[in-house]
Amino acid sequence: MDVPERANPSIVALLRPKWITMRARADANRRGHRFRIFFLAMLGTAFCVFAFVEMYKLLAHFRSVPDVGTLLAGKLLGLVLAGFFSILLLSNIITSLSSFFLSKDLDLLNAAPVSKRTFYAAKFIETIVLSSWMIVLLAAPVLAAYGVVYHGGPFFPLVVLALLAPFFIIPAAVGSTVTLLLVNVFPARRARDVLGVIALLASGGMAILFRMARPERFIQPDGTRVLGDLIAVVHAPTSPLLPSSWVQRAIMSWLGMRTDLLPYAVLWVSAVTLLAIGALLHRALYDRTFSQSQESGSRTARAGSFTRRAYALLSPLGIVRRELVLKEVRVFFRDSTQWSQLILLAVLVMVYVFNIKFLPLRGEGMTVFLVNVIPFLNLVLAGFVLASIAARFIFPGISLEGRTLWLLRSSPLEMRQLLWSKFWVGTLPLLILAVLTVGITDYLLQVTAFMMMVSILSITFLTLAISGLAIGFGTVFPQFETENAAQIPTSLGGVVFLMSSIALIGAVVMLEARPVYAYLGAQAFGTPIEPWDMVVGFGLAAMLCCATTLLPIEVALRRLEIMQR
Amino acid sequence: MIKLTRLTKKYGGFTAVNGIELEVPRGELFGFLGPNGAGKTTTLRMISGILRPTSGTVEIGGIDIVQNPMRAKTKLGFIPDRPFIYEKLTGMEFLRFVAGLYELKGPLVEHRARELLALFDLEDWRDELIESYSHGMRQKLIIASAFVHRPEVIVVDEPMVGLDPKAARILKDLFREYTNRGNTVMMSTHTLEIAQGMCDRVAIIQRGVIRAYGTMDELFANDAAGSTNLEEIFLRLTGEKTARTLADVLNA
Repeated sequence: MDVPERANPSIVALLRPKWITMRARADANRRGHRFRIFFLAMLGTAFCVFAFVEMYKLLAHFRSVPDVGTLLAGKLLGLVLAGFFSILLLSNIITSLSSFFLSKDLDLLNAAPVSKRTFYAAKFIETIVLSSWMIVLLAAPVLAAYGVVYHGGPFFPLVVLALLAPFFIIPAAVGSTVTLLLVNVFPARRARDVLGVIALLASGGMAILFRMARPERFIQPDGTRVLGDLIAVVHAPTSPLLPSSWVQRAIMSWLGMRTDLLPYAVLWVSAVTLLAIGALLHRALYDRTFSQSQESGSRTARAGSFTRRAYALLSPLGIVRRELVLKEVRVFFRDSTQWSQLILLAVLVMVYVFNIKFLPLRGEGMTVFLVNVIPFLNLVLAGFVLASIAARFIFPGISLEGRTLWLLRSSPLEMRQLLWSKFWVGTLPLLILAVLTVGITDYLLQVTAFMMMVSILSITFLTLAISGLAIGFGTVFPQFETENAAQIPTSLGGVVFLMSSIALIGAVVMLEARPVYAYLGAQAFGTPIEPWDMVVGFGLAAMLCCATTLLPIEVALRRLEIMQR
Repeated sequence: MIKLTRLTKKYGGFTAVNGIELEVPRGELFGFLGPNGAGKTTTLRMISGILRPTSGTVEIGGIDIVQNPMRAKTKLGFIPDRPFIYEKLTGMEFLRFVAGLYELKGPLVEHRARELLALFDLEDWRDELIESYSHGMRQKLIIASAFVHRPEVIVVDEPMVGLDPKAARILKDLFREYTNRGNTVMMSTHTLEIAQGMCDRVAIIQRGVIRAYGTMDELFANDAAGSTNLEEIFLRLTGEKTARTLADVLNA
C-alpha cells in the first residue's frame, strides 16, 4: 500500500472526526443520560415556543398600529439582527482562536500533507458551526414570527436562508482573520486571555449601557414624552454598513411585497470577498503565526510583601488550611478565565443597585407598607444575584481540582478540610458583598431598622446555604475534563444548582413572609404581633439555611471519598 | 514496608486487579512490570490511597491505608505518570504547597525545596509559573515534590517518561541512594533495561494477575526456557504472540 506522492485529504476527511465525535457523544447521551437529553430538549422547545409566542404578540400589536407599526417592526428586527451580528463577531473571534491555534488536532493536521486551502476551509466550517448554532436557534422563532404575522408566504424560509448564509459567513471570515492578525502580535495563550477579558468587558458594558438607558421610562404614563422618544428612535439613522441592516432591509422589503435585490447582492459579494481575503491572509501568514502561537511566554511570580502579609494573616488557620487558601487565591487571580468573571459580578451588582435606586417608591400610591415589603422581596433578587455568583465562583471549585486530585488524595489531607477551605474561600467575599449590597439598597430604600435587620440576617444565612449548595452540587456533578472554568456553571449540574438555590430562596421568603407581614401590619394598622409567629417563621428559615449549608457538604464529602480518581 | 493482601479492583464487570499478594520490605527497590492495561497503574493508585480496593488490603509500614489513611499517607510519596499540577503556581510555590499538605513549614521547607529544585536543574525556573514548564520539567517538579516531606515509601508510575538523560541518571542514583538509607521504592516501568539494572526484585503482572515474581536470578532460574534475558521472559509471559503478529504485519 503506497501513499500517493501528492496526497491531499478532502475537507470532509478533515471534518469527519468532529462529526464522529459529536455522534458518539449523542450516542453516549442516549444510552446514559436520557434525563439530560429530555431536559435539554424540553428546555430548548419551551424557549423556542416562548420566544415565538412573545414575538408574535408584539408584532401583531405593531401591525395593528397604523403608519408607525411596520416601521417599528423593521426597527426591532434591525436591532435584533445587530445584536446577533455583534455576538457572532465576538464568538467567531474566540472560536477561531481555539479551532485554528489551540485545538488538540492541530499538531496532527499540520504534520499531515493537508493543503492550506483545505485546512482553512475545514477549520472555517468548524468555526462557523460552533459559533453560529446558538444564534440559529435564537433567530428561528423570531424570524418565524415575522413570517407568520406579515404573511411572508411559502418562499419566506428560502429568502431567510439566502440572507442568513452570507450573514453568518461575514462575521466568521472577519473573526478568523482578526484572530490570525491578533495571534501574530500576542502568543495564542495570551491572546486567549486578552480576548476573554475583552469579551466580558464588552458584554458587561452592553448590559450597563442598556440599563442606564432606563427603558422603564417608556412604560411610564407620560404620553407625550414617550411618543416623542419613539419617533426619535424610529427615525434615528441605522448603520448602513452593518450586514444586519442589509438583512433587515431585504426581509422587510419581502414582507412589504417589494422587490429589492441590492441587499442580497451586497451581502453575497461581501461574504465572498471577505472569505477570499481571509483565505489569502491565511495562506500568507498561518505557518509563521501557528509556530508563534506555540510560545506561551514566561510569567514569573516572586514571593513579595503581599505573600509575607498573607502568610502572617492566615497563620491562625494552621499550615494545611493556610496553604489551601493561598493556593486557591493564587490560582484564581492568575487565571484570566476565572478572575475576569469578576467583571460580570461587578456588572450584576451595579445593575442591581441601579435598579433599586430608580424604583418608583416615592410619590402617590406608595404606602409605608409597600415601601417595606419591597425591600423584603428585594431579598429574592439579591438571592438570585448571589446564586449566579456562587455558580461562577464556588460551584466550579472541585471540578477545577480534577486533574490534580491525585496529589490531594495521595497526601494526608482530609477531604473535609479541602471542602471547607473551598467553602470559606468562596463564601467570605460573597458574604461581604451580599451584606454590603443589601445594606446599601436598604439604605437607599430608607427601610425601618427591623426590616434592615431581617434583610441582613436573612441574606447572611442565605449566602451560607447557597455556598453549601454550590459546593455540594459542584462535587456531585463535577466537570473534570473542562479546560475553561467559565463553562462549568453552564453544565447540567450548574442548572440543577441554580434551580435548587431558587427553590431555597423561595422557601426562606415564604417562611419569613408571615412574621414580616405581621410586623408591617402592626406598623401600618396597629394590629398586635404574635411573638410565636416570629419565632417559628424566622426559626424555621434559619434552620432550613443551616441544614442547606451543612448537608450538601456532607454529601460532597461522601462523594469525594468514593470518587474513583 | 508495603504489603498487599488479596488486593482486587473491579470497574463494573471488569476486573483490573485480581487478588494480588505482594510484600516489599524496607530498603528495597521493587519493579512492577507489565504490558499496557495490565493493572500496574491501578495497583499503584490503590497503594497510594487514591483508589479504594474492591477487596483486599494495602498496608504501608503496617498501617492499613483504607482504615487509617492519614497516618499511612504521611509515610508515602506518590509520583504519577502524567504530570498534571497547578499551572498557575510557580515551582517554588508548588513545593511549599505540597509541604503544607504534610504540615511542614518554615526555613527547613524553603531549604529543602531549593535543594530539590537545584538537584533537578529547576532552580532558575523556581519563580516561573508551571504553565511555562515543558513536560519533562513538570515531571521533574513532581518527582521533587514527592521527596519534599522525606517519605519512607515512594510509589512511582513510569518514572522515566519525559526525562532527559541527565535527569534520568539523577533519578536512578536518587532511588538507589534512597533505598540504601532504608527507604522503599515501588515503581512501574516499561523500560526493561531499567528494571533489570536498577531493581532488587520485580513482579510481572498481566490482566490483573502476577505472572512472575522475584529477584532477577530467581526469574531466570524459574524460566522454563532457561533464558537469562528479562525481555525474553517478559515477552513470553505477556506478549510473544503480539511480537510475532507485528513481524507478520511489517512483512505483509
